[in-house]
Amino acid sequence: MPIHLNDSQQQALKCAIQEGLPIDSRPYLVLANIIGGTEEGVIHCIEQWIESGLIKRFGLVIKHHNVGYTSNAMIVWNVPDEIVDELGERIKQSGLVTLCYRRPRRLPNWNYNLFCMIHGKNRDQVLGQLEKLIESCQLKDVEHDVLFSYKQFKQCGGRYHKMNSHSMKKASNHG
Amino acid sequence: MDEIDRKIINQLQRGFPICERPYQEAAESIGISESELIQRIEALLENKTLTRFGPMYQIEKAGGAFTLAAMKIPEDVFDKVAEQVNQFPEIAHNYERTHELNMWFVLGTESPEEIASVIKKIEETTGYKVYNMPKLEEYFVGLFFQV
Repeated sequence: MPIHLNDSQQQALKCAIQEGLPIDSRPYLVLANIIGGTEEGVIHCIEQWIESGLIKRFGLVIKHHNVGYTSNAMIVWNVPDEIVDELGERIKQSGLVTLCYRRPRRLPNWNYNLFCMIHGKNRDQVLGQLEKLIESCQLKDVEHDVLFSYKQFKQCGGRYHKMNSHSMKKASNHG
Repeated sequence: MDEIDRKIINQLQRGFPICERPYQEAAESIGISESELIQRIEALLENKTLTRFGPMYQIEKAGGAFTLAAMKIPEDVFDKVAEQVNQFPEIAHNYERTHELNMWFVLGTESPEEIASVIKKIEETTGYKVYNMPKLEEYFVGLFFQV
């Protein structure tokens, strides 16, 4: 059998692993048997997807709420457009946030264009980390707001929707 | 959760081996047997410490789209509107937050065009405006939780 998976085998593999890797001592062989390919082909294909960035992470995904990270805040900043990239980079380098994105303002209701998330075990820890962030990235004079979450209604991201279709959906969980 | 579970979680959040016997390889570096690792991962999935175990796709590269959106909902109807919004299968997660814009959710669709149509449907169903804030630039994604 050829090493490389054909298109329909690749498509079937995408669907087969979206619910998770088989818990078996030879998981890639189990997958190969499901899609009618070779173990080597499955391994090669998944490696390529990671390399190309189609798979951005391959491993355990934890429910952070259940391991003690019960507090999270979205911190939003109103940064002049000319320096937003520079600040985003500085925040990234700080290692103090879990996510950092630039998003559009929605004037007049929403002035903020730089978003980051801090997760912590409690509110004080999150605020302490924010203080460090302000200090280390020199954000003292940047207008910002802190949006704590106090209720989560739904979390079901991280999978495709239609198992049998050729379309992909819900493949990641952060917008 | 004991020391070994913590080790498993901290280590395997960063990645999982891709080889013929990946559990064996991962177990060795943790210092336990393959069968123990398998048992422990099963238990962590069972008790919902883990949501999943496998790939996380980059949705845009997979042809789909994601966005963050917010709504301003009066307190007295908040729960009712949250229920209406959450009925849409495209909602990945939804948080109540402390701001005038108090409902924040992530939408995932199969194609970029669908984002606008789902937002329109949410506005029609609820009667409230949706502020769409798609990402323009991604500076950092590092969802790693030390336990």
